[in-house]
Amino acid sequence: MTKYLSELEIGETGIIAGFDTTRVHDQEFAADLEDRLLEIGFEEGISAELLHVGPIGRDPLAVKVGTMTVALRRMEADAIILGEKE
Amino acid sequence: MSGLNVALIGAPNAGKSSLFNTLSGSHQKVANYPGVTVERRSGLITTESGHTVKLIDLPGIYSLNDRSLDETVSREVITGEHEFETQPDVLVCVINASNIRVHLRLVLELKSLGLPMIVALNMHDLATRDGIEIDTNRLEEELGLPVFTTVAVRTSGISRLVEFLDRDASAYSKPTGAMSDTSTRALQKEAGRITKLVTVKEGGHHKMTRVLDGIALHPVLGPILFFVMLFFMFQAVFSWAEAPMDMVQGTFAIIGEAVATYIPEGIFRSFIQDGLIAGVGSVLVFLPQIIILFSFILLLEASGYMARAAFIMDKLMAKVGLNGRAFIPLLSSFACAIPGIMATRTIANHSDRITTIMIAPLMTCSARLPVYTLMIAAFIPNDPVLGYFGLQGVVFFTLYLAGIVSAIIVAAVMKKTITKGTLQPFLMELPKYQLPRLKHVFLELWQRVRAFLRRAGTIILYAAIALWALTLYPNPPEDATEADIYYSAAGLIGRTLQPVFEPLGFNWEISIALVPGMAAREVAVSALGTVYALQGDEDQVAESLATVMQSAWPLSTALAFLAWFIYAPQCLATLATARRETNSWGWTAFMTGYLFGLAYLIAMIVNLAAKALM
Repeated sequence: MTKYLSELEIGETGIIAGFDTTRVHDQEFAADLEDRLLEIGFEEGISAELLHVGPIGRDPLAVKVGTMTVALRRMEADAIILGEKE
Repeated sequence: MSGLNVALIGAPNAGKSSLFNTLSGSHQKVANYPGVTVERRSGLITTESGHTVKLIDLPGIYSLNDRSLDETVSREVITGEHEFETQPDVLVCVINASNIRVHLRLVLELKSLGLPMIVALNMHDLATRDGIEIDTNRLEEELGLPVFTTVAVRTSGISRLVEFLDRDASAYSKPTGAMSDTSTRALQKEAGRITKLVTVKEGGHHKMTRVLDGIALHPVLGPILFFVMLFFMFQAVFSWAEAPMDMVQGTFAIIGEAVATYIPEGIFRSFIQDGLIAGVGSVLVFLPQIIILFSFILLLEASGYMARAAFIMDKLMAKVGLNGRAFIPLLSSFACAIPGIMATRTIANHSDRITTIMIAPLMTCSARLPVYTLMIAAFIPNDPVLGYFGLQGVVFFTLYLAGIVSAIIVAAVMKKTITKGTLQPFLMELPKYQLPRLKHVFLELWQRVRAFLRRAGTIILYAAIALWALTLYPNPPEDATEADIYYSAAGLIGRTLQPVFEPLGFNWEISIALVPGMAAREVAVSALGTVYALQGDEDQVAESLATVMQSAWPLSTALAFLAWFIYAPQCLATLATARRETNSWGWTAFMTGYLFGLAYLIAMIVNLAAKALM
């Protein structure tokens, strides 16, 4: 079963395996999402650790990606596929 | 040798602005690019040999795929497509030493432009402290570009950079070996390869940031900290500002009186005293609040906390289609909508920003307080409600709440209709916490204050003078039976509009007072005093006004008047600021129209409902 960044528990780490923006309902929004994720620093092969979640509905997420921390909404994290640790 | 044109470019959070401030110091100018509300920050550096280097600080970009107005300006300038800005001779690409993997991708992409380029490996000290070690010689080799390590707080690395900039434009060579495939993935792969090669030590996560985020982003402690911070900020804006505001008012009263003793009574004295001095006074009286508010905002921004505040508020704001970043500008609007609207510049997305600007005037600003206080004291008995709260307090709270609820509804409606656009991702880097550099905070504070005085100040001043003239001319006839203002142009406008205001229960006295009240809401109070021909100082007028109103106004009128003030854009300065910041007469007209429309509608409903119930 494929695991997504939005499914991590706090403190849990996964390796980014790819992107699947078709999982986002708003297709207009999804069209540019992969590029945006790549540009801010999400990249295949890099580890991502969930650090914090927002106070309402556990949204947004604060994720450690490489050496930095990025905030993103759960909906956006839904498009990031995680793979097994190498 | 003509001045070298240098542009600073880099990703957000590369520390570009801080480097710019250190490089150019106080020799900088902040303006707008013509036609857009994108800030153009430029500065001058004088090199050791006495040459001047022109430096511009371009808005941060992640790539050449521009998505916001700011990013478009950056791309157009560096590609030489910009209508007004000349293409820079040299690019200084600023990269954050703690995050080179992401920032090198931009360097590689910019290399394809073929402009001479220098890399500033910035925040080198912070990276070293976190145990990160980068082989800069190797980095130079791999990139084929000169690399300088810079630390915004110290000038050692920076002076070497300035020294390097001390030569003619032709002395810089164009980069070679740019990648032919500039797709994001190809660039990313190459950036990753170089990062691996030049990283001697990876270092750990910034400990302090981890600890602080454990509190600031905690699901329970985070919001508590946020609201404590807000409460403190609010408290500061209202209570700390009180003494200096009184001082400003006092000073202008003294100046006014001094003028009265030196200038003979007449039209000139009236102009100086009631037009000019009162006008300048009404601008400067806001200054203490604006300085305090912007100090807070700048400190929160520079320390890195602002991104966390956006994180905490995002879900709530997302419900009405806005971004977490919209919260602080809206909050500022409780003091005054002008700095609030000016603060929307931190919202990158255009339609989000417009929506935020449009609803900012619905936040109950401090200029409404004198009106609310007067009306509530005069008409609402302080009966206990639910045994504990006073009715006056409850009404006060209701007025605030009505503004907030209306703002939420208007934003939600706008986002579903006219500012509808593609949903914007929240995606944002949470920068490491940093101690703000006070020198830079002061520098930027001064720039904001100057912008306020120049943009809002001139408008408020002109408006005050124009309205002064309107209330004075034409002069009353010999056999006048009413107050002078009744016969003036303002009186005429007010009386003409009276039938329009009839359904709201407004009498002609109110209609007239609303005209000078366009200068600022609180002016409506003193204008009512003038209409009812009351004498004495400010407090005496307010007191006798309350008595007059109690006998002359039915309660339904008083309530409708309060409802009117929740919505009505009774402040030309706010409209002028909205015009500046949206750069559009259309949006300004929309704001004016919808606010007056809502004010009329709601005041009418309140008036009719109150009449029916009583």
